[in-house]
Order: sequence, then C-alpha cells, then structure tokens
Amino acid sequence: MWRAMVSVVKRDLLLAVRHRSELVNPLLFFLIVVSLFPLSLEPDPRMLATIGGGVIWVAALLAGMLALDAMFRPDFEDGTLEQLVLSPQPVAALALAKVFAHWLVSGLPLMLMAPLLGVLMNLPGEAMLALLATLAVGTPVISLVGAIGVALTVGLRRSGVLLSLLVLPLYIPVLIFGAAAAGDAAAGQSIAGPVLFIGAMLVLALTLAPLAIGAALRISLE
Amino acid sequence: MTPGPESPSCRLEAVDLTCERGDRRLFAGLGFALNPGEALIVEGANGAGKTTLLRTLCGLSRPVAGSVRWCGEDIHAIRPEFNAALNYVGHQPGIKADLTPLENLRVDLALHGLARGDLMDILDRVGLYGFEDVPCRTLSAGQRRRVALARLLAVPARLWILDEPFTAIDRDGVGMLCEAIDAHLAAGGLAVLTSHQAVELAHGRVGRLTLGRAA
Repeated sequence: MWRAMVSVVKRDLLLAVRHRSELVNPLLFFLIVVSLFPLSLEPDPRMLATIGGGVIWVAALLAGMLALDAMFRPDFEDGTLEQLVLSPQPVAALALAKVFAHWLVSGLPLMLMAPLLGVLMNLPGEAMLALLATLAVGTPVISLVGAIGVALTVGLRRSGVLLSLLVLPLYIPVLIFGAAAAGDAAAGQSIAGPVLFIGAMLVLALTLAPLAIGAALRISLE
Repeated sequence: MTPGPESPSCRLEAVDLTCERGDRRLFAGLGFALNPGEALIVEGANGAGKTTLLRTLCGLSRPVAGSVRWCGEDIHAIRPEFNAALNYVGHQPGIKADLTPLENLRVDLALHGLARGDLMDILDRVGLYGFEDVPCRTLSAGQRRRVALARLLAVPARLWILDEPFTAIDRDGVGMLCEAIDAHLAAGGLAVLTSHQAVELAHGRVGRLTLGRAA
C-alpha cells in the first residue's frame, strides 16, 4: 500500500512540475487579491494591520478553491481515476496520497507566500507567526474537505458553482479561527486556542475525509 | 476465503444482471459463466450496453439487479481480491499524457503492489521500443492505446476486461494483441472483450454474447 501511495504522490508531483504554469495561477490570484485591498481601502497602516489577517485568510481560501478542480478532473478525463479505483489498494489511501500531493503543490506554496503578503498588509511580527501557524494546519483541511466536494462533482460537466456551494460553508469554521488567531496575536493574546481548534479539525478531516473521498469517487465513476 | 491464483473455482459469473443507463433498460436477466481459459466477446449495436456491461463486470458500475460473482462471491464484497485479479482497459486508455510510457507503467505496477518488472521488454513487445522516454501526448492514438495494452502484459491478472481494445490499432498490433490474449487464455486466464472487428483467437473456448435483442 505504501509503495502505491508513494508512487501516486510521485506521479502527481511529476505532473505538477510538467504543468508549472497551472500551479502559478492560484498563487498569482492570491497575490492580486491581497494587493488590491491596500489600493481600494484607505492605505492606513493601522487599519491594514487590523484587517490583514482576515484578508489573507479569505484570499488563501479562494485561491485554494481555485486549485481544487485540478485534483481529480484530469484523472477523471483520461481514465487514470478508473485505474486507481480498480487497483487492489484501498481507494481511501490512494485518495489521501492524491490530496497530499495536491496540498504540496497548492496549499504549501500559499502558506509560504503568506508572510510576504503579511508585509504588504503591515502585519506585526506576532500576527505573521500566527498566520503561518494557522495556515499550516488550515490549508490541509481546505485540501481534504475540498477534495470531498471535487470527488462528488467530478462527474458533472460544469461543477464550478456547485463545488463552491458545497465546500465553502464547510470552510467557514477554519476561516473564523484562522482570521481570529492573527487578531489575537496582534493584541498580545495566546493563539493556542484557535490553532488547536483548527488542528482538531485537521485530525477529523485526516481520518474521515479519505473515506468520504473514496466513496464519492466511486459514485462519480458510476 | 481468499481466492488463490490457481484456484480452479475462480470463474466469472453474471447472475440475472439488469442494467440501465439513464431511464433506459439496456438488458435484463443477463446471465453467463466464464471459466478459466475462456473468452467472451460481447457484441451489439452502438448503445446496446456493451460498455455498461463491461463496467458492471469490473465493478465500476452497479447493476440495477443481479450480481457479478468472482469465485462464487459478489465482487463488491471481495473488492481487493477481485481488483488484484483484474486488468481493465476501458474507453479512456488510463494513461497520463504528460508522462512517458515507462513512467505510466511504473505507476500501474506500483498500484498493483509490484516491484519494477522488465518494462523495456514489454514495451518492445507492444512495438513501443524507442518511445519509452517520449511523453505520451506526442504519441499517436494507436501508440497510446498500445501503452494501455502494455499494462496487460506488465501487470499479471487472471481476468482481462477489454473495451474495444482494437480501436486505433494497426494490423500488426491487432495480431500482437490476439496472440497476447491467446497466451493469456492458454495460461488459464479469462477475457471479456468488445470489438467491432472480427477477433481471431486460436486457443481457448470463445463465447459470444449479443446484446440489444433479447432485452
């Protein structure tokens, strides 16, 4: 099973490297959305610092959603998804491998880019650390929960709006705690609460989402 | 009860299969049994339900009624064992266009839990020697089909389910594939395939199933 999972991760990373341009799109979107805020609002450093954490989290969420569709659609179209489902390995394990590979090329870069945008939003140092910590535990939740939505809608021809409707409400708790942590840190409070809460969501998603993704993929392939 | 690879009882049975697509009933009460060394060629007009039958046989689709059995057990109840015995080549070849044939086959091997085999030899047999390091997107449709068929040779499995395997393949390729199916049947394998072409198999008992009339 490990060999199969490693091989799926390796394959998806190799494919990602060969489609570099597609990887950059969500990142550019992230950058553009965040950089529009100082332009459209009053460029008051204090106000930017107050809203910065929330803005970056919202932008990261939307950029993450933008990248979701690429998780299973190409596999669905070229038939490799059928081969995954028909392999003797548990579908949930292979789905987890795919989500992990997807997070490595979408969630992780978003997270690494966030401090840069934090500077843009004049975030204080503590808030920046809080942002990094919440994104580190929050972006895998986004990938895992989003994958359920993608797996359910991959068989539909136009799934964009439906996917957002399915998945965005589930993201809201992550968003609330993520954005709150940056504010808490700036106010000098401990961020352990929000981070642990998102961490709990991550544990829940890690254990249950692969099963849901596997079942959803089977339904989509029927 | 794990069906062993040599178990003589490992036969594929369809029991009272009824399949629908959309609201249309494709066939009802379909039943057959396929023993080791036998091939079944599914025929029928376009839209008669050949692909649906094959997808049902390999467990991708669920029948409205009836069941598919492998070694006497419902395939959905013994999915890992059944999948380990299955090699399916569907309408979509199931290969990544941005990977080379070699990379594609390595993933297929890993999915079946196998170490690296002698893939160059297999690529040579399907006529892709010299193309092993070329991304599949630059290959022709027939060559891509051959990559998918190379999976049949690379991953040992008792049951081959092939949906239109001869599409886009030239005459030499058809001959090569027929030989491969013959060898597979001679070794006690089973094969279910659809084809619009006349399939000439020397060995094995070949059954024919025509869809679209009885239902």
